[in-house]
Amino acid sequence: MTMTDASQPEPLVSVRGLSKTFDLSAPFLNRLIERKGMQHLRAVDGLDIEIPRGKTFSLVGESGCGKSTVAKLVVGLHVATAGEVRFDGTDLTALPAAERGTFRKRIQMIFQDPYASLNPRWRVRDIIAEPLRSFGITNSRAEEREEVGRLLEMVGLSAQDGEKFPHQFSGGQRQRISIARAISSRPEFLVCDEPTSALDVSVQSQVLNLMRDLQDELGLTYLFISHDLAVVDFMSDYVGVMYLGRLVEAGPAERIFSAPEHPYTRLLMDTVPDIAMGRRDRAPVTGEVPNPINPPPGCSFNPRCPLANARCRESAPELIARAGGTVVACHAVAEGRADLTGTAPAGIVGRDEPTACRGAA
Amino acid sequence: MTFSTSSPPAPLLSVRDLSICFDTRHGPLRAVDGITFDLAPGEILGMVGESGAGKSLTGTAITGLLERPGRIDRGEIHFEGQRIDTLGAEEMRRLRGRKIGAIFQDPLTSLNPLMTVGQQLVQTIRTHMPLSREAARKRAISFLEEVGIPAPEARIDQYPHQFSGGMRQRVVIALALCAEPSLVIADEPTTALDVSIQAQILDLLKRMCRDHGAAVILVTHDMGVIAETADRVAVMYSGRVVEIGPVEKVVRDPHHPYTTGLMQSIPRVGSGAERLTQIDGAMPRLTALPDGCAFHPRCPRAFAECSRSKPASLPVEGGHVACHLYQGEPA
Repeated sequence: MTMTDASQPEPLVSVRGLSKTFDLSAPFLNRLIERKGMQHLRAVDGLDIEIPRGKTFSLVGESGCGKSTVAKLVVGLHVATAGEVRFDGTDLTALPAAERGTFRKRIQMIFQDPYASLNPRWRVRDIIAEPLRSFGITNSRAEEREEVGRLLEMVGLSAQDGEKFPHQFSGGQRQRISIARAISSRPEFLVCDEPTSALDVSVQSQVLNLMRDLQDELGLTYLFISHDLAVVDFMSDYVGVMYLGRLVEAGPAERIFSAPEHPYTRLLMDTVPDIAMGRRDRAPVTGEVPNPINPPPGCSFNPRCPLANARCRESAPELIARAGGTVVACHAVAEGRADLTGTAPAGIVGRDEPTACRGAA
Repeated sequence: MTFSTSSPPAPLLSVRDLSICFDTRHGPLRAVDGITFDLAPGEILGMVGESGAGKSLTGTAITGLLERPGRIDRGEIHFEGQRIDTLGAEEMRRLRGRKIGAIFQDPLTSLNPLMTVGQQLVQTIRTHMPLSREAARKRAISFLEEVGIPAPEARIDQYPHQFSGGMRQRVVIALALCAEPSLVIADEPTTALDVSIQAQILDLLKRMCRDHGAAVILVTHDMGVIAETADRVAVMYSGRVVEIGPVEKVVRDPHHPYTTGLMQSIPRVGSGAERLTQIDGAMPRLTALPDGCAFHPRCPRAFAECSRSKPASLPVEGGHVACHLYQGEPA
C-alpha cells in the first residue's frame, strides 16, 4: 500500500504484513481427552501501514477488530507472529532484545485509562522522572527536577503538581500526566490507544488540543487508536479502517471521510450519532461483528454487507489502490458494483449470529 | 416554579426541588441540589452531563434504589399523582418493574447469569401480572421477537452468556418493558456497546417505548445520542439542572454558557476544525464547590454576581435556564 508520494522521504514507521495469532487452545491433555482441535484467533492479519514523519495515522474499528493489538505489536508489548515493524529503517521485530532499548526511548505509549496507568503510590514527579532516569537523560537531581517541572508546564499543569499523588487529580489531569511521562524521553513516535475515551467531552477537547499542540511543537508522529470517528477526523492525516483484524480501507483522512468507499466504512460513518443531524431516521443497520475465532469465509464483512454476492462469500478481497490515494479491500468496489450516490446503502442486513464466546466486552 | 408548558395533560412524573445528600465523615455532601422537572406521558427526556454531575443519581432516586449513605434530604417525587419518595421499600419494589422499568449500562451485570433469559422474563411478568406460566412464557417469546432476537422460541432457554453484547441489551430492554411500565429509566443504555450496535439499540428503545406508551428518562453523557433520541433535554452540572428545554432548541441555540461550551467542544465529522473549543478547567469536586454558580470559575461570561449567589431556574424561550445572564428577562 502506498499512501505517500514517491517524492516524499521514507516514512518514519512502516508496518508490513503484520500478523498476530493468539493460541486459545485448551491444554494438551484436555484436547486429547475431549478430542478438541487447536483453536487460534487471528487478531491481526497481514496489516500494511505507513506513517510519514510528523503525521498522525489513526486506526478505527469496533471492539475486537484488532486495533489495540496493533498498538501493542508496534511498541513491542506483543511479539508479532509474522511481518515487520520498521521504525526509521530498522525492523524492530528482528532486533535482539539488547538493542531494543535505544528504540524504546524513541517510541512511547499513552494508554486509555489514566486511572490504571499511573502508579498510585508514586508522586507525580517520580512517575514523570522514571523514563528520565532509566534512559539517563538527566544527570543530576536538580536537572531532573527542573526537567519534570518543564514537562508539567508543557502539558498545562504547574511544576508544584509534581509533589502530589495521582489520586489528587481529575481524569483529564491524569491523562496530562501520562502525556508528560510519554514525552519525557523525547520520543519521536507516540502510540496512543484510545487516549480520550475515558474522559468527559469538555475535558476530551482539552486533551486533544494539547496533543495537536505537542505534535506541532515537538514534531511528533502519532499512531492514534480510537473508535470515535469524530475524534479521528479531528486528529488524523491518514486513517485506516479495520474489521476483524484486516484493513478494509485506508488513505488520507479527508478522502476517507468525504468519500468512503468500503460498505463497512460507510456503515460506520452513518451510525455516528450526530448532534447536527437531529432526529433523523437512520439506515436500519443490523447484525454484529462476527466471532473472530470463526470468521466467515471470504470477505469477513459479507454477512452484514448489502452488496455481497457469491464471490464475496468465497474469496477474501485484497487491497486495491483507488483514486484519491486510498486503498480498499472490497470485491464490489473493484467490480464497480458499489453504488456511491448515497452515504450508506439503505437496509444493511445481516445474520444475527449467536456469538457464544465473545465474553464480556 | 413549574416546567409544564401551556397546561398539557397531568405530568406522569413530577420532580420538585429534589436534593440528594451523602453523609460523610467530613459532613454532608450535596450531590444533587434542588432539581425540578416534569415528564409527560410518552415523552423522552434526555439527561446529559459529565461524570459526577448527578444525572445517574437522579434516576436512582426516582427508582427508589438510592443506597446509604445517599439520601433524599429535600424535595418531592410524584409519579402518576402519587408521592413516591416517601414510600416504603416493599411498596417501591412493587412499583418498580410494574410501573417503572430500568435499563442500565452494562447488560451483562443487569442479567442474572444463573437463570435463562426465559426464566428471568417469566419471573418478571408473573411478579407483576396475573398470568399462568404458559401465558407468561408466550408473552416472553413475543417480547423477544419484538426486540429483534432471532429464533426466540429457541433462544428463550439460553443463558445470558450465550448472547452477544447487543443481543443482551435487547433482552434487558424486553425485561424492562415486559410488565408494560409507564416510565423507563435508561442509564447509559448504549455506552458499553460498539457504535454500529448503538444505533440499533437506540432505534429499538425508541420504537419499543413508543409502541408500549412508556415515557423515558435517558441518562447519558453523549449529546449525539440525546439529539437523535430525546424530545427534551436537561443539562446537568454539579448537581443542578442548568438548562432544560426542547432538544432542537438546546442543541441549536443553547443559552447557558456551559451548554454552549459543551456543544462546541464535541468534535464533529467533517468539521475540518484546526482546534476544538475547550472549556478550561474541570467540574469542581463536591468537597470544594465554589460559592454562587458552580460553573462560574470556568465560565467565559462570568461577572460579579455569579460568585455571590446561585442563579434560579427561570423560563427562557420555551425552556428554563439557570444563569445570571438571563435573570433580567421577563417570564
